Parts: sequence; structure tokens; C-alpha cells
Amino acid sequence: MKLELRGITKRFGALTANDHIDLVVTPGEIHCLLGENGAGKSTLMNVLYGLYQADEGEILLDDEVQHFSGPGDAMRAGIGMVHQHFMLVPVFTVAENVMLGHESTKAGGRLDLDAARARVREISDRFGFDVDPDARIEDLPVGVQQRVEIIKALSRNAGVLVFDEPTAVLTPQETDELIGIMKQLRDSGTAIVFITHKLREVREVADRITVIRLGQVVGEAEPTASNAELASLMVGRAVELTVDKTPARPGADALVLDDVHVYDLNGVPVVDGVSLTVRAGEILAIAGVQGNGQTELTEAIFGLQPQVTGRIVLDGEELTGRTVRQVLDAGAGFVPEDRQHDGLVPEFTIAENLMLDRADGEPFVRLGALRLKDLAAFAQERLRRFDIRAQGIGTRVGRLSGGNQQKVVLARELSRELRLFVAAQPTRGLDVGSIEFVHEQIVATRDAGVPVIVVSTELDEVVALADRIAVMYRGRVVGVVPADTPRDVLGLMMAGEAPQAVAA
Amino acid sequence: MTGEALPVAETGREPQGLEPGQDPQQQRPERPAEHGARRVLREILSGSALLSVLAVVVSLVIGAILIAVTNPAVIQASGYFFARPGDTVSAVLNAVGGAYGSLFRGGLIDFSAVGFWAGIQPLLRSLGFATPLIAAGLGIAIGFRAGLFNIGGQGQILIGGAVAGWIGFSLPLPGPLHLIAALVGGLLGGALWAAIPGVLKARTGAHEVIVTIMLNYIAFYLLDYFLNTPVLQAPGSNTPVSAPTAPDAVLPQLFGSPVNLGFPLVVLLVLAAAYLLDRSSLGFKLRAVGENASAARTAGIDVKRMTIAAMVISGVFVGFAGAYQVLGQTTSGFSTAFDAGIGFNAITVALLGRSKPWGVFWAGLLFGVFQNGGYTMQAANAVDLNVVSVVQSLIVLFIAAPPLVRAIFRLPAPKGARA
Amino acid sequence: MTTLETSTTGAVVGAAGPRRSWRVVWIYGVLTAIALVVLVGFARPGVARFGLATGSDFVQLPEVVLPGLATGIVVALVAIACTVAAVLLRRRDRHQPLWLPVVFAVALVVGLLTWATTGAGQSVPLPGLLGGSLALAVPLIFGALGGVISERVGVVNVAIEGQLLAGAFTGAVVASLTRSLIVGLVAAMVAGMLVSFVLAAFAIKYLVDQVIVGVVLNVLVLGLTNFLYTLVLVPASATLNSPPQFSPIAIPVLSAIPVLGPVLFRQTVIVYLMYLGVVAVTIGLFRTKWGLRLRAVGEHPQAADTVGISVGGTRFWNVSLAGAIAGLGGAYLTLASVPSFTRDVTSGAGFIALAAVIFGQWNPVKATLAALLFGFASNLQNVLGIVGSPVPPDFLLMLPYVVTIFAVAGLVGQVRGPAAAGRPYIKG
Repeated sequence: MKLELRGITKRFGALTANDHIDLVVTPGEIHCLLGENGAGKSTLMNVLYGLYQADEGEILLDDEVQHFSGPGDAMRAGIGMVHQHFMLVPVFTVAENVMLGHESTKAGGRLDLDAARARVREISDRFGFDVDPDARIEDLPVGVQQRVEIIKALSRNAGVLVFDEPTAVLTPQETDELIGIMKQLRDSGTAIVFITHKLREVREVADRITVIRLGQVVGEAEPTASNAELASLMVGRAVELTVDKTPARPGADALVLDDVHVYDLNGVPVVDGVSLTVRAGEILAIAGVQGNGQTELTEAIFGLQPQVTGRIVLDGEELTGRTVRQVLDAGAGFVPEDRQHDGLVPEFTIAENLMLDRADGEPFVRLGALRLKDLAAFAQERLRRFDIRAQGIGTRVGRLSGGNQQKVVLARELSRELRLFVAAQPTRGLDVGSIEFVHEQIVATRDAGVPVIVVSTELDEVVALADRIAVMYRGRVVGVVPADTPRDVLGLMMAGEAPQAVAA
Repeated sequence: MTGEALPVAETGREPQGLEPGQDPQQQRPERPAEHGARRVLREILSGSALLSVLAVVVSLVIGAILIAVTNPAVIQASGYFFARPGDTVSAVLNAVGGAYGSLFRGGLIDFSAVGFWAGIQPLLRSLGFATPLIAAGLGIAIGFRAGLFNIGGQGQILIGGAVAGWIGFSLPLPGPLHLIAALVGGLLGGALWAAIPGVLKARTGAHEVIVTIMLNYIAFYLLDYFLNTPVLQAPGSNTPVSAPTAPDAVLPQLFGSPVNLGFPLVVLLVLAAAYLLDRSSLGFKLRAVGENASAARTAGIDVKRMTIAAMVISGVFVGFAGAYQVLGQTTSGFSTAFDAGIGFNAITVALLGRSKPWGVFWAGLLFGVFQNGGYTMQAANAVDLNVVSVVQSLIVLFIAAPPLVRAIFRLPAPKGARA
Repeated sequence: MTTLETSTTGAVVGAAGPRRSWRVVWIYGVLTAIALVVLVGFARPGVARFGLATGSDFVQLPEVVLPGLATGIVVALVAIACTVAAVLLRRRDRHQPLWLPVVFAVALVVGLLTWATTGAGQSVPLPGLLGGSLALAVPLIFGALGGVISERVGVVNVAIEGQLLAGAFTGAVVASLTRSLIVGLVAAMVAGMLVSFVLAAFAIKYLVDQVIVGVVLNVLVLGLTNFLYTLVLVPASATLNSPPQFSPIAIPVLSAIPVLGPVLFRQTVIVYLMYLGVVAVTIGLFRTKWGLRLRAVGEHPQAADTVGISVGGTRFWNVSLAGAIAGLGGAYLTLASVPSFTRDVTSGAGFIALAAVIFGQWNPVKATLAALLFGFASNLQNVLGIVGSPVPPDFLLMLPYVVTIFAVAGLVGQVRGPAAAGRPYIKG
């Protein structure tokens, strides 16, 4: 099936998310849609899928103009989507999820589960998926869940298949398998749209590449284009992928993790015996595919995980079993992975967010009362120093852009005397300018002699920032390697293979 | 039930994120500067104060319709509506005008009375009805601000009032000490009863809405039990009614007016709540937990402790309402009904006041006027008092759904709202 | 796309089934210990007598006499056995079968009943006790079914009380006017549905907090019915508040079963409708297209939306259906129990129904069992008062509420409600 988008424009108030976008995807081709976070890729796909209505422009399938008033219409027309956040009901089985929305029924509206199971098995066998139709989604690993999404789309005979950032949650190995599946689908005549911001994958799989920036198509590229060419198209200028930093001058061992285990509510270990050492004045980057225990490890350091064993020692002071308050008071600063959820109170003002972690005593509280004047002066100073673009310190944080929100978090966490700084996914979803700013701040913190841990799933960021790299897989540290370790070695480590020579 | 999604008075949170980290609203530049006067007008028209007033108006209109269609004269006149429509219209005007006239005369100002003091007697009496509504409303509002939905006002009033009452008639304390002891007992009783859902939520995650509803019933039956035993039952009585409150422990009338000491005390409570929420460290932490518990926790705030603290503080305020009922209103001995529905009305007061202390004050005052005027209306115009609770609940429904009120009056949407 | 969180993090390691812990086992243990202390330790001398037959029974059964202490011991042993079974099942990480809590509850109820009536003057009329329990449970069960449907589709329904009350009022008035019970029933359903419309409109269209709307609706309906009752119904009670009454219909054969036959199968049409309702909702929820879509909307509205299911529409119509079902429960109060409407005739039944929904873990069958238990506890107090038991009635009346608090506190984490209940769905 041939897909054509003509002049698609989508506005949200004054913001134009998609500005006259044209795109043609022919059957049997993998068309990559490349762009930064926030470039408008997902908006475009949501228009295609009927979740949004375009303000201008039209969608054509096999040269016929389509009108989608909802995802149901798009699906019936033959468009399938593998969502970034899987659209699967966790408590349903595979078969139930696959049949949802186009259920085959027996007399009296009863579900014909046998038919659904057979359909799952048939598609699963065709592509060698090995998916049990009766397994519950929440019991399945992420990679398998993604296959269920693919089965869901294929069971509706999709002629156009959209993959929205599908590799974000996969190991390099799983990514390779997914790429294999995409090629297989392409060869069977499906038109595939592959949305991503990862350059390497694009070059590996794409037949054609369209680059989007700020809601506009800024160019097409050949799969043979270099990373640098693609990157400069994406961000509109030559990008310095490396961070300006001098070699680290590490001091004594500062943070020592010894055989740390973290258990989830079911008693299953999510961090499984991690031992690491971070020295003062160095950046230890923790790499790994999302969901391999990095989040839980950082939360364990800050007393945010309920079940932790092992020892966590900072400058000789035991942090294990301490409350969050005590860990913060010990001089630890934390940029949590999900800033909207864990880092900020969106309804609070910038000033209020800046005192969130010091709501108990000096300098902003005396005898249980807030000292609003001191807070205002402090907030003004932070606003200037961290270049937070806002009307004033009374602006609600929820109204700021992602980059400015992250600056508020940094401004707060870096305003105390630190003995440890942990930044989890510090640049996720930020624009290039903000990324540079955040990276500079992290390096400056290191240069001030603070031990720094950066957790990132982006290999580029890891390589750019790290003085040493620890790779996590399934709750364990596969190895700790120098910053100049080749990417392919890191990739293998992220899939769980121990490096040839473990250096420290 | 609602999992961890906490009910908060302010509703209609805007969705976030179009793509990760990019919200069209956040990146949308501010609206170009409007012409001064137009901007002011827009702010007034889209502001919450006007919406609150309009919500009251719409609700009163619906109440008027109810009064009209149940009025015997209107029903009679409508029988020959097409012959003489004027009769129906004047009957409607008579019914509604009479009823709302009584409401005004009985609840606010009686212009027919001689002299200023006589004229404002109704208003002063309304303050007596408003006092417990304001106190309990503050308690509910503090819960809301901390992200907790305290539906247990009834139970906390019953327990707080029972403790205050027991101290009020059984402890032989001298003079003012007796009153103080009874008041403090009431606050502690309410706090204790509210602490149960707080502790259960902090320890086990049990949802406070369910637990507080259940505790209302448990408090009721517990009180009923004690009112049938010598603990609370008046000596020599067979009915489940307590002994009268000792004169020492009764809230004194001020300057011979119908207002008693309870009203100035509740004004102090409003000030205390305002200080707590806006100026204190504790209030800051409560609000942080209410707005985003996980961010608060990550910033080192003990969410569980705040949950318990919020419920206990909420219970203290609600407990005052219970003590007031027993020491100020029903001083001749109380039954299980002395809560007078304040527990639930306080929720509507807190919502109408948008969970802000002074907002709650004015909302409580309004409902106090309704309540007091309602009695006059019931006596003079044979309009059942329940129309007041209909009007009150309608007000809250309309307040909770600003788009609906805007649609009714065709007002412009506020700045930054979705198209 | 939307605000609703989707959990994709932390799933690679340690994907596991629903959380199970020892808390449920602890509840068994604590209750067993209490039973042991009260029933055996504080056993009272004498016997408890239970009458099994009513005068019109096909088979006349003799009175059953249970010695207080011996019964206490037997019940305690059964309770211990159930606790042991719970421990073993937990050890093997197996789910508890439904019969275990049922056996446990029945044993404790028998023990409590025997203990409370040991040494009482009269025998306890068991069919009367059970029949009365069912009568009290019927509105609860209808309310709970409505609650299950509504919460399963993602709308928290605190307005059950209002729906019951609206149904009771409208059913009585319309049946009085038309002299037709069927029209009255339909009117009651429509009234319950109208309350639901308001809940649905505010919750789904205006995104108002669902608990708030529910609470306010209850106050509104109570005020409205009180107002109309005083001003309209009382002055004209002969024409507006004297509905005909459903009479019981005995089902041949089944109604001749000793003890349970007359209790279950000599009932009014509304009760038979209730049986059908429980079965239909159970099958419907778990076996049909309707139920699959309904649950999908309640669990993961985005997923439902992206396969072309209208989230708003599904919610709106199913919340309305829930209101109609609850309305039937209201009609039972004014067309079957007592043929007239009185002020606040529901007196909190809607809140107990809500408790039954949660205690019954959002499952129609379990919620029905919970409602029966609550009905039994309420009725026990009447019966014990007549028999002359020394237990204060207030404590029995408290029982359902205390049990619910225990259940809510003990089962959180073990039992998951619909994931998206209470959250408005805002489309990208």
C-alpha cells in the first residue's frame, strides 16, 4: 500500500507542530523519519493515525484521499502502528489484546477466543515470533510485548506500518532482531515508516530518509550519508557531539557501593549485587538499555527504594537504610530520571520548586515559618545563573519548556554543598541548546571535585560525558570500562556480554 | 478505587506532553498583549470570582423553578394558563419572591425590623450557623490541599463533639477552664478520628475516601451505643440523649447578641489555616505532597508523615465544629443527630471556597445565611428547607465545571485554555 | 499523546504476576485468634437454638440445638484449618480459591451467631434471618453491580446512593400514578440513569473529579427527594405515594428445598431479576465483546482508543447502564419491601454497596457475596434484638464497616482495581 502525505499542517494554538509536511512511502520500502525530540514526528504520526485532525493537508492511501476521524478509521484503511509506549492492556492476555476492537464473536456476543488464538499463532509462526497467545502482557518481557504490538497491527492486515521510536526500550540484540523483522515485512510488501532520532539505526535499515526539524521537512538523505551530515540536518547546524572537557583529575574513593541488591514489591531482585566505586572529581556513566536496574540503583542510593541490601557508603558515611532526607543532608544531589514526575511540582512556582528539598530548616525556614524574602532573592539569583527563561520567579514550573524545567532542577540540586551528584537521564527530551548547557553544568560539577554518576540510555551521551563507563544488564554491572571503549564493545556489553578485558 | 490519583479540588488538569518534553502549551508564546481595557474585561469575565457568583445565580434560578413548580398557587393558576397567563406569572413571582424574600429576611437583614441592631439580628444568627461550616470546611480544605479527600467530617464531628460534650457535663472543672478543656477535648477527638484513615493510608495505602466513609458509620453507632449507656446518657433517662452541657462549658454569648464566642474563634482558625498553608514550612510540605507526592518524596519530604499530619490537622479543624455544636448550639443535651449534616456540607463549603482559607470563610458564611434563612422560609412560606441543600449542591457542581457556566453565559474562555 | 502514564520502565528485569503477600494470611490468622478467644475463651453456658422451618414449608424440619462451647470449638477448628490452608497456598504461590474465604466466613458467622444467642430465651428463626438478610442485601447487590460496571469502565461511582434513592423515589411515584409495577420499574431505571448522566457528563466531559461529583450528587438527590416528598408526596400520598406492591412468586420444586428454598425461590420478580443480573454481568464482563471493551477502557483507555474504541462513549453508556441497574435496587425498596417512599429510604445503602464493590474486588460474584454478608450483619441485629441476645446491636451494625476497613487496609496491593478508574481520559 502506498502512503502519501500532502501539506500536513497541525497547530496547537500559536505553535505549529507540523508545517506543510509532504511524505511519500511506497510499498516495500522502509522510510525513516528522522528528527530531534520535539521536531514534530510523533504529532505527524498521530495525525496519520487519526488521533489528531490535521488543520490543513491530506492523507492519501494508494492515491485515494482519506478522512480519519479516529484511529478506528485509520486502522480500517490499513494503517498499523507500533507505539512507543505500548498500547497493550497489561492484565489482558496476548489474544485478548490482539482481538480488542475487532473481536470475533460467537452467538450472543460471546468472545471467540479460539479464533483469536489461532490468528496470533498464525502470524507468530509466519515471522518466527514465538508468542504464547494465552500469556498475560504484564508477565512478558518488553521485547515480546513489542512483538504483540506488531501482531496486533498485522492481524488487521495493515499495509502501512508505523514504528514510533521502537528501539528505545530494546537491547542492541533485540534491536537487531526488530530490524530483521522490519526487513522481512518490507520484503513482503508492507510500507514501513520508522520514526527515530538514532542515526546508526537509520543508516542500517532505511531505504529513504526524511529529516524533520521544527515541524518542517528540512531535507531528504541517502542511507549512505554520514552521521555528521544527518545530525547537522536534524539540528540545523553543525553539532559538536563531544563535550568540551579536560581530563579528569580523580581524587580518593568517595562513593562505594558494595554488593547492593534492590528488590521490587514481588521480592524479585531488580538490582542484583552491584559493586561500584566512584572517585571524587570523576564522572562515572552508567550505560544500559532502559529497565536494566539503573533507575532502581540510583533510587536506592537516595533511600527511595523500600527493599535494599548491601552497603552504600559516601566518604565513609553509611547511607544504607537512611531516609531520603538524611541522604540529601549528607550532601547528595539528585536529578531524577522523570523530572515532571519526580523532580518538580508543576503547580508550584519556580521559587517554590527551588526550595523543595530544603523545606525544613535554614536558609528558607526559621521556627517553622517560611522566609519568603530570602527565598525570592535566592530564586532571582538562580534564575540568572542558570539562564532559566521565564517571566519571573513566580511563574509556575508547569508552564516552562522541558529545557527550562530541567534547568530549575539543576539550579536546585547544584545550590547546596555537594559531596555526590547523581543525574539520571539528564537530557532526555531536551533540545540541543539545553543539552549543551546541562552537559556543561555536569562537567563543571565534576571539575569542582564532586563525584558524579550519570545514568543514560543514550550511548552518545555516555561516551561524551564519561570518565569511566559501567554497563548494566539485568540488574548487574557487566563491566566497568574506560571512556574510550569502542561502541561495538559497549553495545555487546549492553546485551549482557562481558567485555574481553575488564578495565577499571 | 482511584489508586494513587488523589482527588484535588482544583480540577481539569491540563494534559502534558505532546511529544516527550514538548507541550504545545509550554512552548506556545504568550498571547500578544491585548488592549488594556479589553484585557481587564477578559480577566474579570474569565476569572474564578465571577464564575463563582454566576454559579450561585444559576443555582438560585433552578431553586426558584423548584419552588415555583411545587407552589400550590402556581399549580392552580397554571390550570388555566392559556386563559389567563398573567395569573400564573404573578403566582410564580409571588412564590419565588416570597420564598427568597424570607430567605433574605431570615438569613441576612430584616428591613422591617426597627433599628439597626434588630435589623441585622438574622445575620448575627446566621454567623452561628456559619461557624461550624467554616471550621469543618477549613479542615476539609486542608485535606484537599494535601491531596486527601476527607469525607469523614461527620464522624469527626460526632466523636469530637461527644468528647467535648462528655467533658462539658461530667468533669467538675472551674469556670473558663471547663470550657477550654471541653474545646480542646473536641479538637483532640476529631484529630484522633481523622488520624485513623491517615495512619491506614500511610501504612497500608488504604484509600482515605473509603475509610472515612466507613468511619462515619462507625462513629455514629459508637455514639449511639454510648448514648444508651451511662457514659453519655443523661442520668435517669431512657432515651439516647446526653445530659445538658454545664453552664461553665457553654460558649458565652457576646455582648448580649446571638453571636457566641465560637465565631471569633473560627476567625482565628481562618487566620491560622492561612498562615499554615501560605507561610509555614509544614504547609509548604503539605501542599508539595498534595500537588506531586513523588516529587516531594524525592526532595526528602516524608510523604507518609505528611499524610498523617494532614489528616490530624484536618480532624482538629473539623473537631472544632463538633465541639461548637455541643458547646454552642445543642447545649441542652445531644443525640446522634447533632452533626446536622455539617460533615457533608463542609465538603461543599471547601469546594466553593476553592480550598483557600478566606474562600472557605465566605463560602461558609453564605451557606450559614442559606441555612438560617431557610428556616424562616420554611416557616413563613411552607417551602421545605431541603431546597437549600439542593441549591448548595448545584452551586458546587457548577463551580466544579467552569466550562459549563461559561457555556451557559457564553463567556470567553480564559487565557491559555485549550481551543 | 496523553497524560496517562504507561509503565514501560523497569519491566525487563523481574516481570512477575500480581503482587501476593502474606497480608491476607495475616488477616486469616488474626480473625482466627479472635474467634478462638471469643468463642472458646468467653464461651457462655447453655445452648443456642435455631428454628429451620417456616409454617408453610413442604418439609417440616425440627429445631437445631447447638451447645455453645462445643460449637465454638468446632468453629475455631474450622477457622484454624482455613488459616492453615491459606498458609499452604501462599507458600506454593497459588491463588486462593473462592471457596476458602466463603467457608471461613460462614464458619465465623455460625460461630458468632451461636455465641451471641447462647442462653437466649427463644430460638433463632433461621429462614427468617436469612430471608431478612437477602431482603436487605437486594438493593446492595443491585448497587454493587452498578458500582462494578462503572468502576470497571473507569469511572469511580460514589453516587450509588443517589442512584438508589432516585430509583426508589421515581419508582414509587410512577407506579402510584400508573398503577403499573412494570412501568414503575422502568421509571426507576430511567431515574438511576439520569443521575448517571450527570455523573458521566461532569466526569467525562468536564473532567471534574469523580469522587466530588459523586458526593455532591448524593447530597443533591437527597435534598431533591426530601423536598419533593415534603411538598408534593405528603399532601397527595394517596395518588402519588401508594404504589402497588410486588408479590412473591414461588418457583415450583426449587422453593420446596428445605431452609434455602423459601428464602431464595419464594421471592418477587425484582429478586429474580437480580439473580439474572449477577449472572449476566459476570458472563458479560469476562466472556463477551462488551466486557472486553469495557475492561480495556477501564484499564488502559489509550490502548482502547488506538484500536478505535470510543473511550468517552463507552464510559458514558456503561455508567448510564450502571445507574439503571442501581435504580432497580432503589425500586426494590419502594415497590417490594414497603410499598411507599419515605425520606432517605436508602439510608446509606449506596455506601455499603460501594464497600461491597471494593470488598468484592470489583468482581460481580464476590461483590454479591460481600453484599449478602453485609445484609446478614444488618439483619442479625434485628433478629438478635427479638431473640433477646445480650450483644449490643450497635456493634453488629458497625460490623460491615469495620470489616470493610480491614479489607481495604489488608487487601491493598494484593488486589488491583481497574487501573484507570478515577482518571479522566484526555485525548492528545
